Amino acid sequence: MIDVRKLIKRFGLKTVLRGLDFRVQPGEFVALLGPNGAGKTTFLRILSSLARPSMGEVRVAGYRLPGQAAAVRRRLGVVSHLPLLYGDLNADENLRFYGRMYAVSDLNQRVKDVLELVGLSARRRDLVRTYSRGMQQRLAIGRAVLHDPEVMLFDEPHTGLDQDACNMLDNVLREVAARGRTVVMTSHDLARAADLASRFDVLSRGVIAASVAREKIDSRDLLAFYRQAANGGIT
Amino acid sequence: MSDNTQAISQKAQAESKDSFGFFRALAAVVWKDLAAELRSRELLSAMLVFALLVILIFNFALELDPKTRSTVSSGVLWVTFAFAGTLGLNRSMSMEKDRGCLDGLLLTPVDRSAIYFGKAIGNLIFMLLVEAIVLPVYTVLYSVNLFNLGLILVIVLGSIGYIAIGTLLASMAVHTRTRDILLPILLFPVAIPVLIASVKASAGFLGGIPIDEIMPWLNLIIAYDVIFIAVAYMVFDFIVEE
Amino acid sequence: METTPRALKVLDTISAIMFVMAIGMVFFYAPTERVMGQVQRVFYFHVATAWVGMLGFMAAGVAGITYLRSSNRKWDIVSLAAVEISLVFFFVAIVMGSIWARPAWGTWWTWEPRLTTATVVELLYAAYLMLRQGIEDPDRRARFGAVYTILGFISVPVTFLAIRLFRTIHPVVFGASDPGAEGDFSMTPPMLQTLIFSVITFSVIFISLFWHRIRLGNLAEKVEQLRLKMAQ
Repeated sequence: MIDVRKLIKRFGLKTVLRGLDFRVQPGEFVALLGPNGAGKTTFLRILSSLARPSMGEVRVAGYRLPGQAAAVRRRLGVVSHLPLLYGDLNADENLRFYGRMYAVSDLNQRVKDVLELVGLSARRRDLVRTYSRGMQQRLAIGRAVLHDPEVMLFDEPHTGLDQDACNMLDNVLREVAARGRTVVMTSHDLARAADLASRFDVLSRGVIAASVAREKIDSRDLLAFYRQAANGGIT
Repeated sequence: MSDNTQAISQKAQAESKDSFGFFRALAAVVWKDLAAELRSRELLSAMLVFALLVILIFNFALELDPKTRSTVSSGVLWVTFAFAGTLGLNRSMSMEKDRGCLDGLLLTPVDRSAIYFGKAIGNLIFMLLVEAIVLPVYTVLYSVNLFNLGLILVIVLGSIGYIAIGTLLASMAVHTRTRDILLPILLFPVAIPVLIASVKASAGFLGGIPIDEIMPWLNLIIAYDVIFIAVAYMVFDFIVEE
Repeated sequence: METTPRALKVLDTISAIMFVMAIGMVFFYAPTERVMGQVQRVFYFHVATAWVGMLGFMAAGVAGITYLRSSNRKWDIVSLAAVEISLVFFFVAIVMGSIWARPAWGTWWTWEPRLTTATVVELLYAAYLMLRQGIEDPDRRARFGAVYTILGFISVPVTFLAIRLFRTIHPVVFGASDPGAEGDFSMTPPMLQTLIFSVITFSVIFISLFWHRIRLGNLAEKVEQLRLKMAQ
């Protein structure tokens, strides 16, 4: 589903990603961990077609980036820590707008279903400006699944949310992932990632330093695994 | 394996040829800007108040006595439009950038130029709205008859060129810290031809000058519009792609 | 440690010599002009710097286009160098034009096409430098710079045409095509030779400065690269 080979990304003279290899099978839920500045956000930006690779091959949902970017975008849903929503429009209008941009068929019904899914049907006519951060994130997820993407990318979605909001978010995330979608989520919160993911990868110093499947590791060992990978690098 | 990749790239090509989607996306962007503005009215009120203030200041700065008024009006109007225009351009782009909506737009599978044209048309509509209100106000305040078809034509054509290049530059300026002051600095040197031509053509129509003397200016405005819309179309991708 | 290449050192020497020769020609070889007197001598350097500045302007635009097509950072440095040097050349041209204008037309400034366009170009350059300064990411800085040089490249000729639709009092040197022009004067052969020599001199000076500036840019990049390597 996602196939990255020897990805290099430079900003001017600084190399952020150094020959990164990354492969995700359909239906996997990968938690991408790593210290700040390791390049997680840059990597996600490249996967979501917002940035171009300097060198290397990137394929998402079978299509090449950046050459076939439009095809990728059609099949991709992205949630970042910024809401990507228009404050002066209500939830309904926001979804309708994105629905038109993604050429979603049967828009009215779809918008209804999505609002139902993220639990915001009651407040659909309220301006997004008035939403709490937790509600905005849920609506952002709604926006991301509107066009039924095969692949979803989440960039630190729990940022700025309190416990309740986080739990609600997790429920939505589970629902979203349950439909056989491929998910990559970056996170600082190891405990939550442990709950949701089927695989843990650690991005450190511009490459994937370590990768382990959920079955193969105990959740108590996760922190140690992460620390070791982030500092040294284990296979 | 090669069959698969061939099928995939054919599919990608077929998807990208969806030109109907281009206009649908463009319309969606314009609608979105209009709807948001209708709710908050932040942009229009800022532009309008600013424009009226500028005109008021001109009254004290220049002696707008009855004799000189008709010759000076054209210049006063265009300076006002130019400054109000940059205000609108900046705010329109800032609204996209600040909530990350610019990324949201770039994530959609539409052609980048649809986004450019959508924003440009939205900006143009706002600028025309402000101009439509300023004209009667100016007419009333200074007893200069501005209900002149030729003048309106010039205002529309000139605004098109100004907004075309302005939207392009605003999408660059929005990435800097000094975006509010930088946009006019970037815009004015490049927009000088269309501003000069618009002022001269407007003055021509207001002063009842024969049409053949105004034609060169009109031609210049139209040429500018065409050239820069074409350039913007070609260059916008480079601005938004990282 | 890289030292200045031999060719560049030679070029520097040549430009210095030519410059001295040009000054000599301007003051001693060229005859005193009948109407304007000694002040007219400003004319040779004024035209030379203006012409060469124009070349720099075009170089910046072309380098901008080339950068966008190739994404090679070298072209960004070329573009920046062209703008910086052209900025200075145009400034010199404008100041000299002003010195000329005072005794010739009784005013330090006149809003005629060439002078006004030169000023617009200076403002464009200033805007370009400010744009670059406001952007952190080097790739984006280069891309935006390139886009802006292209916009300037296209808009300046249009600006010139627009202002030309106004009347001009700028002397048209090689035969007046504008019926409204005043202040014409015809040039004797020694004057023509001085002018041509001045133009060539300043072209050489431009190339020399250009080369130095590009080297400077490349070396700065190398330093940055080494710094980043060491920081790891």
